[in-house]
Amino acid sequence: MTTQISERPAAVGQGFGFAVRDIGAMTWRNLLRILRLPQLLVFATIQPLLFVLMFRYVFGGAIAVPGTDYVNFLMAGIFAQVVAFGAVNTAIGLAEDRSQGLIERLRSLPMARSAVLAGRTFSDLVRNIFVVTLMLIVGFAVGFRLQTDVGKLLLALGLLLFFGYALSWIFALIGLWVNGAETAQAVSFPAMMVLVFASSAFVPTDSMPGWLQVWADNQPLSVTVNAVRALVNGGPWGEYALTSLAWSLAILVIFVPLSVIRYRRG
Amino acid sequence: MTTDSAPAIEARGLVKRFGEVRALDGVDLQVPRGTVLGLLGPNGAGKTTAVNILATALRPDAGSAHVLGIDVVHDPDTVRGLIGLAGQYAAVDPTLTGRENLALIGTLTHLPRKVIRRRADELLARFDLTDAGDRLARTYSGGMRRRLDLAAALVHQPPVLFLDEPTTGLDPQSRNDLWQTVRELVAEGTTVLLTTQYLEEADQLADRIAVVDHGRVITEGTAGELKQRLGTTVVELGFGDRARAEHARTALSHLDLGSATLQGETLQIAVSEGPRALMHALRALDAGGIEPISAAVREPSLDDVFLALTGRPAETAETAADTPAPGHGRRRRKEKASA
Repeated sequence: MTTQISERPAAVGQGFGFAVRDIGAMTWRNLLRILRLPQLLVFATIQPLLFVLMFRYVFGGAIAVPGTDYVNFLMAGIFAQVVAFGAVNTAIGLAEDRSQGLIERLRSLPMARSAVLAGRTFSDLVRNIFVVTLMLIVGFAVGFRLQTDVGKLLLALGLLLFFGYALSWIFALIGLWVNGAETAQAVSFPAMMVLVFASSAFVPTDSMPGWLQVWADNQPLSVTVNAVRALVNGGPWGEYALTSLAWSLAILVIFVPLSVIRYRRG
Repeated sequence: MTTDSAPAIEARGLVKRFGEVRALDGVDLQVPRGTVLGLLGPNGAGKTTAVNILATALRPDAGSAHVLGIDVVHDPDTVRGLIGLAGQYAAVDPTLTGRENLALIGTLTHLPRKVIRRRADELLARFDLTDAGDRLARTYSGGMRRRLDLAAALVHQPPVLFLDEPTTGLDPQSRNDLWQTVRELVAEGTTVLLTTQYLEEADQLADRIAVVDHGRVITEGTAGELKQRLGTTVVELGFGDRARAEHARTALSHLDLGSATLQGETLQIAVSEGPRALMHALRALDAGGIEPISAAVREPSLDDVFLALTGRPAETAETAADTPAPGHGRRRRKEKASA
């Protein structure tokens, strides 16, 4: 055992540059974690892939949609499902870090306070970009064809990823609230099911009972799906896009402060 | 910057509530620079809460705390640059390698990149982890994880170190190694606040010991002072069964020898004059027709100190509260168990 050689640092640097560096370090760490935990990678890729195949080839033939092939109808729903399930990761990741005592350690470091939550949500955004890109490729492989132009496709994906990012903050609050990854998952999934399946993601809503239609037509995931669908398949998309944007902003305005307060309180 | 004359750690009247539970109920602490204070107490006594407040991870509901003269509530960022925290749950990231764990902490403590690389190498070597440095921490043994955890707390060379039950669950060899490292750090000038449930650990490492129970410091002093305060000796009388021991306690109670406690079938009495007290006790027992199966006068241990102060043995208190549920939120649950 040797004595310490390095000189003691005079003072700990603070400020915007360091905050960016902290957020980068936390994002990098979370992404490495996805790469190194095979189950996370499987959850992120194989599962949505199976959804595409199942809806395209198993249910697809039985679902009639007006004006287009089912596969073109389906892909907007798949994209939304992918980003929504991705948000559950935010809850699970935070709950896991808390149960391992990592958050306490991070809290005792002179790092930017914002870096834990920002790093978590940014890494989930990066993960969503990757999975949505993968699903786009899979979609093309099973017959999905863009009916509009690349500009509109990019706009659609932007709306979708922004919506996913907003959802992450709802689930960040869950992850900061409940104890343990399993609980976080158990709390998140029912909410996710209602959001993803009681929606226009996989079927037209007009076959649903009236009370359900009211929810399914107006909830944020449906609105986002409708915007994406119109942007890739053609049709009026402006109102859907603006409503989706408003939903995402509203979610952020409410849940970013709540999560930050919850994180600070410990 | 830091005030040169201020003690390394100073807390006054710290109070922290979790719902109905008063985890801390007015804690005062003072740790001079370059010394080790042992916070000794059973699980749920409030030790971890005290450390988390001093380490700026929690805010106190009342009271104040300073590290090297800097207020932990008003200037937490400066304090964070001066402290290291190593915890009982070995808070390292299992999906990063040992080296990556240290580098992450180095980045988050805002060290220059070059310094981070050098510090990581130094610490891996110091903690005997050089060969394992590029393996994922999840492949480490418990002792290795604990060493990495301590190494992570030292990346930015903090002058004040908080060790929250650093050896809980470690095998004797790893425990000894860790003790040796702590001694070296103290010799280099580091101030250490150590929480422990192990009396031996406090005895081995701490210059002074504060005994904590139900969120309060119930006594404070050197190990020697604590033993002295208790009385110089302990009279220990063994009986075949608990009923007879109870009977003996009743028979001896009117003698007013000292505080008597029952541990199993053994009666322990803290006294100032051992042999004389033993003589009195045996006479009284003889008159009552109760015969002990063993009788001894011995030096008090820290166990006796704890027993005399809290009315229950430290180790029992520990095992009663320490049935950690498999899974998560253990820390929180444990705090609640202190109610």
